[in-house]
Amino acid sequence: MSIHYQNTTIVTAFSLKINGKIKKVDVDPSTPVLWVLRDHLDLRGTKFGCGVAACGACTVHLDGNAVRSCQLPVSAVGKSAVTTIEGLSEKGEHPVQKAWLEHDVAQCGYCQSGQIMSAAALLKANPNPSDQDIEAHMSGNICRCGTYLRIKEAVKSAAKK
Amino acid sequence: MDNSKTTYNRRSFLKASALSGGGMLLTVSWLSSFKSADKMQELPEQWATLNGYIHILPDNKVKLICPNPEFGQNVMTSLPMMLAEELDVDWKNVTVEMGPHDNAKLGAQFTGGSNSVRMYWKPLREAGAAARQMLREATAQTWNVPVNEVTTKAGVLSHSSGKSAKYGDMASKAAVVPVPKDLKLKSPKDFTIVRKPTKNVEGHKIVTGKPLFGLDYHMDGMLIAMIQHPPAFGMKLKSFDAVQTLKMPGIKDVFSIKLYEDGFEQGGFDTRTFNELLVVVGKTTWEVMNARKKLIANWEPAGDVKDTMSGRGGKREVIVPSELETTSKQLEKMQEYAKKPAQQLRKDGDPETAFKNAAQVIERTYNAPFLAHNCMEPMNFFAHVTDEKAVLAGPLQAPGWTEPTLMKLLNLPADKIEIQMTRMGGGFGRRAYGHYLSEAALISRKVKAPVKLMYTREDDMTYGIYRPMYTATYRAALDADKNLIAFHVKGGGIPEHAIHANRFPAGAVDNYLAEGWQIASNITIGAFRAPRSNFNAAAEQSFLDEVAEAAGKDPIEFRLELLKKAKENPVGKNNEYDADRYAGVLKLLREKSNWGKPGNEKYNRGVAAYFCHNSYAAHVVDIVTRDGEPYVERVFSAMDCGIVVNPDAATNMVQGAVVDGIGNAFYGQLTHKDGVAQQNNFSNYRMIRINEAPKSIEVHFVENDLDPTGLGEPPFPPVFGAVANALYKNKGRRFYNQPFQPDFKNSPRES
Repeated sequence: MSIHYQNTTIVTAFSLKINGKIKKVDVDPSTPVLWVLRDHLDLRGTKFGCGVAACGACTVHLDGNAVRSCQLPVSAVGKSAVTTIEGLSEKGEHPVQKAWLEHDVAQCGYCQSGQIMSAAALLKANPNPSDQDIEAHMSGNICRCGTYLRIKEAVKSAAKK
Repeated sequence: MDNSKTTYNRRSFLKASALSGGGMLLTVSWLSSFKSADKMQELPEQWATLNGYIHILPDNKVKLICPNPEFGQNVMTSLPMMLAEELDVDWKNVTVEMGPHDNAKLGAQFTGGSNSVRMYWKPLREAGAAARQMLREATAQTWNVPVNEVTTKAGVLSHSSGKSAKYGDMASKAAVVPVPKDLKLKSPKDFTIVRKPTKNVEGHKIVTGKPLFGLDYHMDGMLIAMIQHPPAFGMKLKSFDAVQTLKMPGIKDVFSIKLYEDGFEQGGFDTRTFNELLVVVGKTTWEVMNARKKLIANWEPAGDVKDTMSGRGGKREVIVPSELETTSKQLEKMQEYAKKPAQQLRKDGDPETAFKNAAQVIERTYNAPFLAHNCMEPMNFFAHVTDEKAVLAGPLQAPGWTEPTLMKLLNLPADKIEIQMTRMGGGFGRRAYGHYLSEAALISRKVKAPVKLMYTREDDMTYGIYRPMYTATYRAALDADKNLIAFHVKGGGIPEHAIHANRFPAGAVDNYLAEGWQIASNITIGAFRAPRSNFNAAAEQSFLDEVAEAAGKDPIEFRLELLKKAKENPVGKNNEYDADRYAGVLKLLREKSNWGKPGNEKYNRGVAAYFCHNSYAAHVVDIVTRDGEPYVERVFSAMDCGIVVNPDAATNMVQGAVVDGIGNAFYGQLTHKDGVAQQNNFSNYRMIRINEAPKSIEVHFVENDLDPTGLGEPPFPPVFGAVANALYKNKGRRFYNQPFQPDFKNSPRES
């Protein structure tokens, strides 16, 4: 169903599979998943950093693959499953989250949701990544505090779990 | 044990009160800590009263309040550790909460200047010790035993008769015990919490994506606001047409308002870049982002703008020039100014004669660009302003600096302004400038609704408050025996120079001259991690490397010889640094990095050291050539910041500063063309990424029992110098202009 306003389609009803649950939202089809999550679904663990897919702070999983939600229009999601940091493991029990705590990675912490989602997608596709694999996969995620060494160590720890 | 009595003697600073429902609330003021603080003149007046809270609950849980906002330096863990140490509680029973903004009770609540741990070290331990003493007194009275027979351990009170009670059992009684006048603080050898690696108290919330940050702040019915600022520094709004914007879905209002009315007396941190705010307000972020694209705005040159500044230095007028600035022209202008007479900042001996009589004079000029802070969380703030009160929430480093401005702008008394401090997605100095709170407050008042103001990345990066653009020319005179007989630095910048005239090598050279000059600009600047030092350490430390080479000396040995002189026979007065501690980090670094020893042939090594923000830092940077370009593969760091409160977090911070330093030295720059910032997002402002970070950063701390000093800033500046010096070894020529990376391809290695 669409709502029309001054002859323009402005709002469409979407049924999204997010963190294993069906969520209904009425939004402009061009709305990035980032803002659907943050403004409409009360899921604010996914962060806004740049809006142009250049920093990775907004990383979520689409059918298990890491994508930048700031550049993913809600209309492109279809039946794919979206997983956010809140859905990775609510209690922080995912091996990547545990490794992040073990290495006390975070400084300001703002980029870490995105880092963790990128790392979790990497390990799902490649359970034993080399240093180069980690660098190649994680180079889309900026950490302004410079916690990269710990991020790398934490990914390696998580790979062993 | 250290006797401590200073805090309570001047006024009645300590108050205790029973919490409703039992328990004890202890309030301490920290005024005394300011007496021992050096460099007070750099601190704002609001630093006069600092307080802290301890809540002991009947179930023996302890809730500690962190007074200072958290931007990743880990104060929410390290400050409560200091309280808990003297309180003598089990860290497992401690929960931590960010305090409210309450300068009367909690003081200045300023995060910055590497001051949190340093300023709170004594007062927080005194607060903990006072509470412990009151618990012991209450227990002694209850059990009818002498107080000196009541001991504590990890939240339990005991007596040799076998009696024992938990803190929670005695807390209500302790709250009515007179506050002790004399306190005994623990000797460092007895520490059980301080110096133990302790996990970030918010770590779990971070990894599970809890809404901790300002941009995560939400209130039902809240609107989203964005500001369309002029496309260039030196421009202002002329007119706008919002017809199309207002037709866009979700849009509530489009209007322009002034941030400061003419003649408004701006405080020291009321930096504002654009005074006329063109504001779009709507229901959701995406709707506002989209509608902004339909705005038709006309801009015009701002002309020379007169700002009225108040506060430190008294009321004064500042003229902001109107020119639309371009980086290449700014560089030319700096070269011109460098030839003109400048302000003398320090002079020892007779430098003119020494240079005239020198056997060799080395002169080098260094340049560095504007840098954007690029906090991962863009500027934002929530505001709900009514005629009666204002509630604000979001990320900022110093609520007490913006509150007086809000009082004037909103015509509300301080007790009607509530500022909640959220976790900050980075700060680096940027969030000391509270213009975005003022903007949010004015927008909320105008639309009569709760509003969250947010900057997009482009808004954030092109607004300014940059690290200034700097230049400095250094000269060194050597005699026939290659001794350094004179040193001259003349530094300038847009709009301020970076010179710290009383820092090393001042004090170590008989004939010394420091001068400074500046060029006014409409490009707004502010504190950026280790202000001024972040350029000085780059320029001076690469210059000293070159001078050491000319003198035929190892660069570490050369510095140590100068430091020996500064200690044994110091030149001049007001030398800010402790020569022993400065030499100490170099010696530790030399040992740990195997400097000058076999086994490091693979690397092109560079060294640098610096003193700033009361701490000492030195790095060895090891560069290799990877895919045809220099790559910093390994770094060794040595720090002296006194007692290290939380070693694991401290190591993290030093490693982060090293990565940040390499990134900014290699890539960082914000340039302008006709006033337009040429970088506006991470797609064209290059940030260091994981594949460019070193493989290892080995951090070593000098072990001593000196009171802790800052750590957020000191490790950052010398990274630039060490990188420059290692690049020289790698490329066979010196690098004088930051950022270094664009220049790599120009120079094959010469042997």
